Order: sequence, then structure tokens, then C-alpha cells
Amino acid sequence: MKIPSSIWTLLIGIVLTLVSLWYGQNHGLLPTAASDEAVLVDGLFNTMMVVSTGIFLLVEGILIYSAIRYRKRSGDNEDGPPVEGNVPLEILWTAIPAIIVIGISVYSFDVYNEIGGFDPHAIHEAPITGQSMSMSMPGAAFAKRAGTALAATLNDTPPSTEPNLNQEKSDEAMQDPATAAVRNADQIPQKRNAPGVGVVSPTIGPSPENVGKPAQLLVNVTGLQYAWLFTYPDSGITTGEMHVPIGREVQINMTANDVIHAFWVPEFRLKQDAIPGRQSEIRFTPRTAGDYTLICAELCGPYHGAMRTQVVVETPEAFDKWVQEQLVASREEPLSQAVAVNPTNLSPDEFLAPYTKDMGIQPETLNQVQTAHHH
Amino acid sequence: MTQAQLQETANIPALSEEPGIRKWQDYFTFNTDHKVIGIQYLVTTFIFYCIGGVLADLVRTELRTPEVDFVTPEVYNSLFTLHATIMIFLWIVPAGAGFANFLIPLMIGAKDMAFPRLNAVAFWMIPPSGLLLIASLVVGDAPDAGWTSYPPLSLVTGQVGEGIWIMSVLLLGTSSILGAINFLVTLLRMRIPGMGFNQMPLFCWAMFATSALTLVSTPVLAAGLILLAFDLLAGTTFFNPTGGGDPVVYQHMFWFYSHPAVYIMILPFFGAISEVIPVHSRKPVFGYKAIAYSSLAISFLGLIVWAHHMFTSGIPGWLRMFFMITTMIIAVPTGIKIFSWLATMWGGKIRLNSAMLFAMGFVGTFVIGGISGVMLAAVPFDIHVHDTYFVVAHLHYVLFGGSVLGIYAAIYHWFPKMTGRMLNEFWGKVHFGLTIVGLNMTFLPMHKLGMMGMNRRVAQYDPKFTFLNEICTIGAYILAVSTFPFIFNAIWSWLYGEKAGNNPWRALTLEWMTTSPPAIENFDKTPVLATGPYDYGLEKAKEGVPLSDPDPVLSAGPNSVLRAEPDPAVAANPEDRK
Repeated sequence: MKIPSSIWTLLIGIVLTLVSLWYGQNHGLLPTAASDEAVLVDGLFNTMMVVSTGIFLLVEGILIYSAIRYRKRSGDNEDGPPVEGNVPLEILWTAIPAIIVIGISVYSFDVYNEIGGFDPHAIHEAPITGQSMSMSMPGAAFAKRAGTALAATLNDTPPSTEPNLNQEKSDEAMQDPATAAVRNADQIPQKRNAPGVGVVSPTIGPSPENVGKPAQLLVNVTGLQYAWLFTYPDSGITTGEMHVPIGREVQINMTANDVIHAFWVPEFRLKQDAIPGRQSEIRFTPRTAGDYTLICAELCGPYHGAMRTQVVVETPEAFDKWVQEQLVASREEPLSQAVAVNPTNLSPDEFLAPYTKDMGIQPETLNQVQTAHHH
Repeated sequence: MTQAQLQETANIPALSEEPGIRKWQDYFTFNTDHKVIGIQYLVTTFIFYCIGGVLADLVRTELRTPEVDFVTPEVYNSLFTLHATIMIFLWIVPAGAGFANFLIPLMIGAKDMAFPRLNAVAFWMIPPSGLLLIASLVVGDAPDAGWTSYPPLSLVTGQVGEGIWIMSVLLLGTSSILGAINFLVTLLRMRIPGMGFNQMPLFCWAMFATSALTLVSTPVLAAGLILLAFDLLAGTTFFNPTGGGDPVVYQHMFWFYSHPAVYIMILPFFGAISEVIPVHSRKPVFGYKAIAYSSLAISFLGLIVWAHHMFTSGIPGWLRMFFMITTMIIAVPTGIKIFSWLATMWGGKIRLNSAMLFAMGFVGTFVIGGISGVMLAAVPFDIHVHDTYFVVAHLHYVLFGGSVLGIYAAIYHWFPKMTGRMLNEFWGKVHFGLTIVGLNMTFLPMHKLGMMGMNRRVAQYDPKFTFLNEICTIGAYILAVSTFPFIFNAIWSWLYGEKAGNNPWRALTLEWMTTSPPAIENFDKTPVLATGPYDYGLEKAKEGVPLSDPDPVLSAGPNSVLRAEPDPAVAANPEDRK
């Protein structure tokens, strides 16, 4: 009995679909999903894997089938049939990939929105304070560096009434003495935002249900060759490994002290470059307890491969206990005195004193700068 | 003059015996013959490929174990930086130019390129810049900031090595701009009368798209590199954050060239594959216009996808969506090509010789790179795998499984035209088998490595990845071994191989209508088109008598190419002679 080719096509199509569906769910290519965001990303990947498996099997199948079925028999010097094209077929195989990529785009768009990729209002949220205005003057930071006269003219954006978001975020982070102790924000001028497609602080913001709410835990992360430093403004802790509690939304503010680094925890499926002069943020919610590795993903020098540390995801109770332990440990260090001083009560030059002294800048210079700025 | 008459004049002994300047010394001169330059390009770039391959195997040797135990981390970074720079700027990009130089004038019936001296200048920029780059390794201060050379890292690593890298890449970029101008003008102005754009072979279409893309994007890289050189050597702070510069601007400028560069590296071989598959399947190419115009679509879309390399750096959220969509859309013209090639093979009479095997290998492995490319375009997934071995796997499936297999297919296909001799089929198949095994063994496990958490450009990694890295390293050694049969085959066949005749594949494009190797100025008289480039199986091409015909008629018929094979010492169709 000869089976018609349409039946064959149908059968092959069914088998192909089933195999693709099965493999898309059982590929075992991803590590544990340890954050709420990771679950969403995995869903997207599995879907793409189903489609990819189908296309892969189809193409390889046709190739191998053609190589066997249509290979030249010996002695046959004829040409094949002169089929030059088939417009409906060509429209079909243009339309199908187009529909597939549109489908994947829409799904990706949705996942991206869910993990907080869109945060269009972030730019307006930060309040403009007198202090941040004065600190956003680039002159102070430039003064020390050689060849900066040229640099200043090349890089300064014209005076603008827009707030400098990077500067504000940096100032905010530097309010925490522990962060100020590990960051060199005073040496690296912060990039000024440009409207539209300009400089931005790269962000993965809150998930849609958390929009407008502050994150439950804030961690300032500083990347430098070849270490990650974590400071917890809520408690004043400084550590070399990160602890986060399950179920609380964590916000990370990060920047780099020297070259570009990238914050990547594979189990969180999140990655963000830490760029000197910019303040990047990501928000995520840990969900699976365990010890994971935080990896620097952007080439940062010869020991880039060694720039790894632990991220511990633990129950809120265990986390709180860890915070207490860290506080006890840090009390024996002189840093505790700095914690006692409330920086908001200080004038800018008092606040900057520890840093400006290192840079050879006198308070008078700062005041002049401030005056010049106001005129 | 018809193709048929042309074929006969080509067989005049005076021409075919010693077709002009073909002393070996000619290849070491500032020759302006496009064929000499084409072969100069191909041989030079292949030497750089071997050097780049040695560097790759040194990198893989370091990665056999999770610790840094083979070279120092500084040397390791220099190794992969030079490996990438050499493979991209000194092998794949100029190899495409090499084929274009050799083939374009022949394919369009021209005597030479539009600007022969400019052509020689473009080639002669390559050896010095390559030597410069390799010299940096010898003097001990090689560039080690990756082939992307992102500031501020590139500004704080060795100044000498980085300066050499910038100089070398600038020279190579200049070379490819000069080449692109030449290809464009040649294609626009020097086609024979009667050859409209839609009668051009698809390789010409592909080079047209490639050259246009080169011309638009390469100057931006040059600008970026010049600014980087100012930062490095003159203390300016265009990209240096300590003076208020913006490192992300460099990334934009770099990728505005370097993503299109991927298409500059793959489009010529899309073109080559479109030539190889119809000839060896004995069928017209399926959807000529679709393949031709999709090259233009890829060339245009290629210009607006660069920021997908920067999804995790500093670009606004909505911009990531824009670049996600443009990147995804590129899959559509690429898919059109793949399905058209499959349809060309479908129902044909496929000769499974080395050229065809490499072409089929190209389609089969490139599709994996294409699929992972769509995955990388999806922003949430890209955020996870960016800068990991998943990306390394993807780009090697595109550039090795695509471009390099394409180069090999093209070499096996056009070697008879270039040298007048056939490559040995047995060793060709050994070469193919080893390459396919090595390629998949090296790069397939990298997908999993990347997703599980292995970042790229590291000398030390988590010990849990040891096993997969071991497989990759063995695969890389197989790939190294796979080139030996090819090298010996190419050298031996060039000297002693079976004589090819003018048209061993019975192809219909114009380059096969002259002697092998072609004489100076290619054609005796301006050719006249009698058939389209891919009219296999059509009546006008069928008029030809089968090869076994005892009494070949030498005069009439547009496709008398098929008949002009009276000399049994010349392999018309090598498989049939056995």
C-alpha cells in the first residue's frame, strides 16, 4: 500500500511538534531559577527552545533527506527539473518566520515589562536638592586631573535645568558612610542625563505591582578590579559577600570605581553593567534559598575570571540574624563613628572634607566654585 | 560573442597553455591583475587563519583545567584578543574580498577591477598590519582588552599593545573601505552589455550588499578608534570616565561597525553558497530574486541592530525594545535564503563532492547560529547570557559554521578555475568530516556552559564546568588537525593535481567560460550572454550533448560548454571519469 505524501507530511509534522514540545521543556540547559524574574525568563527561553527545535529538525531533516534521496546516481548526467521559484511557497516561508519573530518579540516584551525593564518615570522621581546641585558641578572633580581643560570643553553638556540623575543617585548612595568609604564617586564625574536617547542610568526597575513603592532592601554594590563590595545603607554593613532574604524585593545600586564590570548571578538571570560615572539599578525578588555565585561578566583585566563572590539567598529570619552578626562585628571597627554622624547636618565642604583633603582641594576652592555656579 | 564561442576561443592552445603571467614570483609583486590580487588575498588570509587557529588552541589548552596553569592571565587575555582580531580582520573579512577580487570581473565579463592600482593598495595594507599585530605579541606588550577594546579597560592596560592594535585595525579598515569602493564601482560600471542587475550571479549581488555596508559602517569604527587613540596617547577623555568621558559612546561607535561586520563576514559566503548549490544540484537556484534582494535587506537591517550588544550596558529601556525588534526581523531575510537553498537541492541531482558537502555543512551549522541569534535578540534572555559562552557558541556557529565553511566550499568550487587543477576529492572529504566533527564538538557544549554560568574571556572558571571544557578543547584540537589534509591537498593539487579543464562542473556563470586559470584580461573578446547564470535543466541549456556522446559537436548551441571536452586527460566531471 502506498501512503499519500500528504499523510506523510501530517505524520512528520505531528512527530516534529511533539518532539519540539518535549525538548523545549526538558532541555536541562538552565541552572536553578532563584528569583521571581528567573522564572519568567525561563518561560520565554523554553518557548523559544520549542520553536528552535522544530526549525532545527526541519532544516537538518530536509538537508539529510535531500543528500540521500536526491544524490546523483552514477551514469546520470542529466540536470534536475528547472524549478526556478514558487511565489506562494516563498510567501509562506517569509510569513512563517515573520510571525514567529513577532510572536517571540511580543512575549519578550511582556517578560521584559514583568521584570521591570520599563521604568519611564524613574527620571522624575529623584528630588532636586541644593546639595546635589552643588555637587553636580564637575569642576571640583576635574580640577586635579591633567589635561582636563580640553576634556571639560569636550564633555560638558551645556547648562541644563534637568536634574543630573546619575549625580543624584551617586549622592544618595554616598550618604551612607560605608558606601562613601568604598566608592570613589568624588574622583569620577557623573554623567549628565541627556533628554531622549541620551545618557541614562541603566535600570531594571520594580515589577509592575511594585511600581511607586521603594524596594524592601537596598544594597549598594561597588565593582572594582577584582572585587565586589556590598554596603547595606539600612544597617551600615560592608561585606564582600551578598546576603538577601527570600521574598523581599531587593534593589541594587551599582557603579564601578575603575573599569566597566558586570553584575551577573546566573540563577537570578539578571545582568547589568556597572559603569564608572553612571549609577545602574536593578530590582529583583529572591525566591530559592541557596548559595549562588556572583560573576563579573564584563572583561575587566587579567584577573577578570577570579572576580567572583557568593550570594546567599536565605530566609528572612536567617537574613536578619546575619545582619545582627555583621553589626556586632563592625562595631569593633572605627567605621562605627562615621555611622553616628548624620551627614545631612553637615555643610558640603564639611561633608567633603575627608575626600577633598586627599585631593588637595581647599574648602575655599569649593566655595568659589559654588559662587561661580550661582552667578 | 556567445558563451559557446567564448568557450571555444578559450580552448585555443596558445591561450590555454600559458595563460599570461603565471610564474610563482608574480604572487610576490605589486601586481595589478585582479586574479593575482585575489589569490594573494586568499593565501595571505589563510596564513593568518592558521596563526589565529594556533592562538585559539592555546586559549583552549589553558581552558582544559579550571585553574590558570598554562599561561599567565595577562598572556591569556592577549591570546584571545589577538585570536579574535586576526580571525575577523585578517581572515574572514579579507578572505571575502579575496574571492570578490578573483570572481567579480570574471563573473560580469570585465577585464579587471575598476581601479586596479587601488586594488593592489588595498591588498598590500594587509600584510604589514598583520605583521604589526603579531609583532606586538613578540615584543611582549600585546593588546589584552579583548577585540572590542572597551574603554576604560583598554586605556589602563598596556599602552604600546593597545596603540599597535588601534593602528593595525585602522589600516585594515582602510583596506576594506578601498576594496568596497572598487567592488561597487566595478559592479555598477563594468558589467557586459546585456547583463542587468537581475542577470548577475548571486555572488555579485552579495558583494554589492557587502560593499555598501562596509562603506557606511567602517568609517564609524575608524572614528571611534581615532578618538580612542587620542584618549590613550594624548590624554583626552572622550571615553575616559575619570575626565567625564563616556565609555558607552565608544560601545555605540564600535558596534555600529562591528555588528554590520558580522554581515560583512557572512554575506559574501551567502553569495558563494548560492553559486555552489545550484551547480552541484544541477538545478536553477530557487527564488533568484528573493535571494538577491534578501542580501540587500540584510545589508540595510544590519545597520540598525548594533545596540543589541549593549542590552546590559547603558541604554534606555524602550531602546532595548527597538533593537530587539530590528534584530529579530533580520531572521526573516536570512530564513528566506536558507529555505531557498533547501528548495534548490530538493529534487535535484546532487553531486556530493567536497564543495557541495561544505555548502551543505554551511547550511546545517549556520542555521544553529541563526536560531541562537534570534534567542539573543530577545532582551530578557540576552540579559542572562550576554558576555557568556552562549554568545561565544553563537558567534562561532555563525562565523565558523557559516563563514569558514563557506570559504572552504568556495575554495573547493573555484580552485579548478584559480589553478587549472582539481583538488583531491578523497582528502577533501576527510577534511570535511574532521571539520564538522571538530566544529560541533568545540562549539555545541559552549551553549550549555554559557547558560549554566560560565562567563567569557576568563582564564579560570568554576570547576563544575571542567568536563564540558575538556570536550571543547578536544574538539578544538580536532579542528586544528582538520586543516592539515586541506593544506597538503591544496599545495599538492596546485602542483600535481589532475588537470581541471575550463569548466569541470559544467557551470553556466561567466567565469567558467574562459581558460583555467584565466588569461590576463580574462576574455579574448567581450562575452555575450546566451543563458542566465543558473539555467540548469532548461531547454536552452539542455541542447548540450551529454558528456558520454562519442562525437561531440563543437560548434552550435549556447551551452556547448558541455561538449567541448575531447581531451580525456582533462577531467570534465571527475566523478564520471572514475
